[in-house]
Amino acid sequence: MAAAFANQLRNPNTIRRILLQSYSNTTQRCFSKLPHHHPHTTPISSLKDNELAKFAAISDTWWDSEGPFKPLHVMNPTRLAFIRSTLCRHFKRDPNSVRPLEGLKIVDVGCGGGILSEPLARMGATVTGVDAVEKNIKIAQLHADMDPTTSNIEFCCTTAEKLVEQGRQFDAVMALEVIEHVAEPAEFCKSLSALTIGEGATVISTINRSMRAFATAIVGAEYILGWLPKGTHQWSTFLTPMELVLILQRAGINVEEMAGFEYNPVTGRWSLSDDISVNFIAYGTKNTA
Amino acid sequence: MNRVIKNTISNDCALKIQRKSFCTEIVKAAGSTDGQFINEHEQKQTISNNIQQYDVAIVGGGMVGMALACFLASMPLTKQLSVAIIDSNPALGSGLCIKKDDPPDPRVSTITPMSISFLQEAGAWKYVEQNRHAYFDKMQVWDYTGLGYARYDARDVNKDFLGCVAENKVLHSALLSCIKDSDFNKTIYPLSLTSMTLNPSSMSMVDVSFASKESSAQGQSAKLQLSDGSSIYAKLVVGADGGKSRVRELAEFRTTGWNYSQNAIICTVEHASENRCAWQRFLPTGPIALLPMGDKFSNIVWTMNPTESNNRKSICEEAFLKDVNSALDYGYGPHPKSSLSGNRDIFSWFKIDQTLSASEFFEIPPKVVRLASERMVFPLSLRHANSYASKLAVLIGDAAHTVHPLAGQGVNLGFGDAFSLSRIIAEGIALGTDIGEVNLLKKYEADRKPANITMMAILDGFQKAYSIDFGPFNFMRAAAFSGSNYISPLKRSIISYASGDQKFPLFL
Repeated sequence: MAAAFANQLRNPNTIRRILLQSYSNTTQRCFSKLPHHHPHTTPISSLKDNELAKFAAISDTWWDSEGPFKPLHVMNPTRLAFIRSTLCRHFKRDPNSVRPLEGLKIVDVGCGGGILSEPLARMGATVTGVDAVEKNIKIAQLHADMDPTTSNIEFCCTTAEKLVEQGRQFDAVMALEVIEHVAEPAEFCKSLSALTIGEGATVISTINRSMRAFATAIVGAEYILGWLPKGTHQWSTFLTPMELVLILQRAGINVEEMAGFEYNPVTGRWSLSDDISVNFIAYGTKNTA
Repeated sequence: MNRVIKNTISNDCALKIQRKSFCTEIVKAAGSTDGQFINEHEQKQTISNNIQQYDVAIVGGGMVGMALACFLASMPLTKQLSVAIIDSNPALGSGLCIKKDDPPDPRVSTITPMSISFLQEAGAWKYVEQNRHAYFDKMQVWDYTGLGYARYDARDVNKDFLGCVAENKVLHSALLSCIKDSDFNKTIYPLSLTSMTLNPSSMSMVDVSFASKESSAQGQSAKLQLSDGSSIYAKLVVGADGGKSRVRELAEFRTTGWNYSQNAIICTVEHASENRCAWQRFLPTGPIALLPMGDKFSNIVWTMNPTESNNRKSICEEAFLKDVNSALDYGYGPHPKSSLSGNRDIFSWFKIDQTLSASEFFEIPPKVVRLASERMVFPLSLRHANSYASKLAVLIGDAAHTVHPLAGQGVNLGFGDAFSLSRIIAEGIALGTDIGEVNLLKKYEADRKPANITMMAILDGFQKAYSIDFGPFNFMRAAAFSGSNYISPLKRSIISYASGDQKFPLFL
């Protein structure tokens, strides 16, 4: 049974193909990753120059709520609502408090321009934001510095793996809309686990590998609505909720709760739902020892 | 010294970044004119040297602005906000003194049950009840053609009252008392707003130089310059400064609107006995409303063309009272027949499910015996801001929408705005959002704009419907009246909508 699941975990061919591309392909072909969260399990040097240039070109618009990152801005409050409620429960904090996360160390892996890091800092957390794209980090730092409540965020141009090497640990680890762009999701989850202290919390959000996700996130968002650049997502690299639960379990994280995001085309807003067939978010607890 | 640096920074930036507004000459101009404020409020001296940073700056400390402050002070997530209230009205600092024996002020508002529940929740309503106010549970609306009338009763919707009439000064002082009794962190600036910069770089020099290169990275605070030359920073500027909003102008919100070329006369009158009902009659020249104010007083809001209004303002008391009594009785046309006895009842087949008030007969309002205040005349206009929210700035109340005073909905829309904005700010704080962020503020706009536009359209429609005097049209209008009197679901819906329980009329 375990073997059957292991086979399901990921499609080895796809992963191998991507690995080959990312490591050896020095030509200009780009299999375009999502411009926002940019985590890389691979060293920075494996990022192609043209890709870096592409992110650099649009990273200026990170904080333009009507710009290329609009979908993320619109979705952000919904993700934060989930994170706030689960972290308040996990760390037994008062949800009516203005700064319920006071004193908690949180890392935002693939922080992009800091649109998740800043709200977490306003909720009182001591936030470290990491992203492999240097320009993102500059934008994030610059933007956070303009508000005294967010200026203490530590932004680093680095990867989850390097933080592990440095022996860093956090009370809570966030990796939102990141894992679907990672070459080795299982390894990535191990890194996230290594960054989490015992009984700490991990929150991961991604897109399901379902037909509906293919229809909405790829055909809909990229081709019909034009919300995301074409080629942003590779359907075959998506993880199903079950796969995510399993690889997290192997990495020592027990998924405690999962929720889906539902888009209402009339109001243009997202809300949390039980439907995890497209976008979903999971919260887990790190096992002790 | 500090201020000099700030000014230089700002000047420096102004050259590089597009500004919405920038004024440097205000400092010297205002410094000379408003000397007395500096004397009165010596602490402001230090503020001008070391620019204060607030979370929210409410420009306009009237009923709507103070309601926002009360709502913010009453919620756990927002009560820690630091708030600056900017209003040159000295009453804000000294506090309003209301004597119960004073004759009632002609400026009154009809507060809907919904607004009352907002104010109760914020803890401000108990102060209103300490002063003169009048709940009413009945309302009669009829028109001059004698073809139709409608009576509304709070019992139709299982309520105790349809609304409450209170003087604006009572409401205002209640809100002031409420905010003074709380431990809310507010600073009142008895000054006016002279200029506003919505994207200043309020932080360090490094940011400024970077910000000028990267236009995407803008400051997150608005800079407000006040009439004494001092400045404050705020993460969110709320324009609650009325129909001629300075914030609206400085933030470049465009408006749509028109003047009605009609004036409203308002005054307080006295009856021989207490009035417990709200009355409104549509006359060919415009509606006249008689609202109970408590004791034996009532308030008159009478709309008419400007020449008539000027005449009626200047004629002697006796002649004016005669006009009022005639306008509320046989003037312009006959009384409507109480339809139960009439044969021409096109809605009789609806009688199975009747509201209580449908069986009530038409009544004649109580006679007015004395004028109890001066007569005030206001021109009527309709104005609506095309947008209520931009980065760092929002409009609430009359700054966003000025409506016809018909049905007294104006301040209720304003309280609705203030309540909605306070909830959205709380939601933003819960989710760690910067409260000046446009996405957050647009939620407030999306919440309020459709509701406000609907109400404005209805009031404007009434206005237009009664500016036509034409036989068949009069009959249709009357049929609509009778319909609203006899079709119970419609009637309940109208009452719920008018009392603010329902955001949209009918089935929307």
